[in-house]
Amino acid sequence: MGRKVGIEVSIAISEAVKLANADVVAAYPITPQTHIVEHLAELVASGELDAEYIPVESEHSAMSACLGAAATGARAFTATAGQGLELMHEVLYVASSMQLPVVMVVANRALSAPINVWGDHSDMMAVRDTGWVQIVVENGQEAVDNVLCAFCIGEDKRVLLPVMVHIDGFHLTHVVEPIVLPDQADVDDFIPPNEYPLPLDPARPVTMGSFGPPVIYPEIKKRQDVVLRESKEVILENWQRFGEAFGRYYHPVEQYRAEGAKTLLMTMGSTSETAMDAVDRMRDQGMSVGLLKLRLWRPFPFEELLQAVRDADLLVVVDRAISFGGPAGPFCSEVKAALYNQDKKPKVMGFVAGLGGRDIPVGGFEAMVHRGMEIAEKGGGEILETYGVRE
Amino acid sequence: MNVIATTDETQEKHPLEDYLRVDRLPHIWCPGCGLGTILGAFLRSLLESGLPPDKVSVISGIGCTGRVAGYINLDSFHTTHGRAVAFATGLKLANPELKVVVFSGDGDLAAIGGNHLIHAGRRNIDMTILCVNNFNYGMTGGQFGPTTPETARSTTSRAGNIENPFNMPALAAASGAVYVARWTTAQVHQMQRSITEALLKKGFSFVEIISPCPTYYGRMNRQPTGLDQMRYYRSNSIVRHGANPNEVGVGISGQIVTGKFIDVERPYMPGPGNGDNGRQT
Repeated sequence: MGRKVGIEVSIAISEAVKLANADVVAAYPITPQTHIVEHLAELVASGELDAEYIPVESEHSAMSACLGAAATGARAFTATAGQGLELMHEVLYVASSMQLPVVMVVANRALSAPINVWGDHSDMMAVRDTGWVQIVVENGQEAVDNVLCAFCIGEDKRVLLPVMVHIDGFHLTHVVEPIVLPDQADVDDFIPPNEYPLPLDPARPVTMGSFGPPVIYPEIKKRQDVVLRESKEVILENWQRFGEAFGRYYHPVEQYRAEGAKTLLMTMGSTSETAMDAVDRMRDQGMSVGLLKLRLWRPFPFEELLQAVRDADLLVVVDRAISFGGPAGPFCSEVKAALYNQDKKPKVMGFVAGLGGRDIPVGGFEAMVHRGMEIAEKGGGEILETYGVRE
Repeated sequence: MNVIATTDETQEKHPLEDYLRVDRLPHIWCPGCGLGTILGAFLRSLLESGLPPDKVSVISGIGCTGRVAGYINLDSFHTTHGRAVAFATGLKLANPELKVVVFSGDGDLAAIGGNHLIHAGRRNIDMTILCVNNFNYGMTGGQFGPTTPETARSTTSRAGNIENPFNMPALAAASGAVYVARWTTAQVHQMQRSITEALLKKGFSFVEIISPCPTYYGRMNRQPTGLDQMRYYRSNSIVRHGANPNEVGVGISGQIVTGKFIDVERPYMPGPGNGDNGRQT
C-alpha cells in the first residue's frame, strides 16, 4: 500500500504525475511552482517517466501545448502559479470548451502589482468561471491523492474536462511532509487508460474549435455547464473508489467538529489546518464552533453545503482574495448565493485575510469568529471586513 | 530624510550613490553575479552620455535583472514578465522626450517577451535594450531558457539541452535594430562605451551583455564560481567589430565573439516631429 516518505510536497506531486504516467509535460518556471516541473524534468531525463517534456517560452504556450497534446489523446500535465495562471487565461476557457482533459496543479500565489510571490487565492478566484473542475487541498497527501484522482475525473468519458488542483504556494509547495506515495501497480489499477473518444487523427479527420455563431453558441455553453455540474457524480465516484483502494476518503465539504455547532468557520486550502487548532481551542472553552473546509470549488457543491450548514446559526467565511468593489470575498459570495433562496438559513459573515502570504495565526481565526458573532448579534460591520490589515 | 546607513562621516560617498535607491540595498544578487558590474557600467554610461537623469526612464521585466528597476534612482517601472518592451513602447510614444531604457534578462526579453522585442525592433522604436544574458532563468532556480546553449545543463535540461538557442545579436539585427553590440562582464570599459553609444543612438539600440550566473548556470556547466566564468570570458572573448551577427552564436564552450556588429541609420519612431509619432524622412 505504498511507502511513507518525508518529501517536499512539490516533489511528491511530480512523483504522482509519474505514477499517473503522463505523456506530455509542458512547463514554464514560476515561483512557487517551479520545483514541480523541475523534478518532472529530472524524471524524464533519467528515464523514470517516459514522457515528452517541453520547456516552453511562456505559460500561454504551456497551456496551448497541453491542449495540442490532449487533442491527440495524450495525457498532458502542467503546473503554474499566480501571474502564470493569468497569462494562460484565454486558453483555460478553450480547454474546457473543447473538453480537453488536461491536469494542472496551481501553486496559489498573489497577483501583481506590487510583485508578490507569496500565497493567497487571488489567482484561483480569477479563473473561477473558466469551466475547469477545481479541487482545493490543504496538505501534501491530499495534493498527491487528488492529482491521481484528477486524471480519472477529467478523462472519464462522462466528463472530459480539464482539472485544476489548487495547493497554497509556499505553505504547501515548499514544505517537507510525511506523505504516502502509492505503489505503481495500485495506481495502474486505479487510473484507467486515457481513451479520448475523438482525438485528432489523420485516419479519422475531425475539426476542433471552429466557428460557433449565435445559432449554436448558447446551446454549446449550456451543455458545457451541464457537463461540469454533472461531473460532481463522477468526482464523488472517484473519491469513493480512491478511498476503497487507498484508505483516504475525500468529500466536497469536509467537516471538522462541526456536528451540532451553532457557528461554523469556513475555509479553503492550507489555512484549514490552522483553523482546526482554533476550533479545538474554542471547543475547549465551551463554544459551539465547528469548521467546514471546501474541497470542491467547481462544480460548486450546493447540496453538500446546504446539508452541512442546516443546524448552524452563523457562518464565518474566510477568503484569501478580494473582489474589489464587490461583495467582500468571492468564496463568501458563493456561500451567500447558495443560501439565498432557502427558507431557513444561517447568517453569513465574510472576512478577507492572509493576502499576499500574510500569516493567519490560530488566534486570527478565533478573532474572526468572535467578531463575526459580535456583528451577527449587534449588527453593523463593514462590507469588507478584514483580519490583520493595518488601517 | 537621508536613510543611508552610515554614521561614519569620514566615509566617502559612493560616486554613484545619487543614482541608487540606497534604502533598498543590499541587493539580492548572488556573489559572483555580473549584474552589479553591469549596473555600475550603465550608471557611468548615463553620466558620460550627458543625458539629463530626470529625462531617463528604466523599465525592467521579471527575473534577477528585473530587480534593477527597483535599485536605480530614476523613474523606473518593474513590469510583469515579458512586457517590459511593450510598456516601454507606450511610454516612449506618450512622452517622446524621455530616453527609455529596457534593462532585462534573456528569459524575459527573448522567451515570454520575445514577440514585443522583435516588433519594437521592426518599428525601430527609439529605445535602448540592455539584455543581460546569463543563459538560464536564474531567479526561479536555473531552468532552461531561450539562450541556453546546446548540450548545456539546467534544472529543466538535466541531460543537456537539445534545442537550438537564440543568437541574440542576430535576432535583434533581423528584427531591425540600428545598433547591435555584445560584450561580456569581463570587458567593462568596452561595455560602458557601447552603452553610452546606444543611449545616444536614435532608434532601437540593443546591447547584449553576457554575464555570469555561478549559482545555477555556472555550477551546472563546470564553471562553479563567478571567477571561473570571468576567466572563461577573458580567455575566450575576441573583439570583432562589424562581424556578421548571424555568425556570432555562443556555444557551451569556445569563442565568444564580442564587439559592435551593427551601427546604421533608419527612420525611427517617434520621429523628430516630437509627439506626432510621424516617421523621420
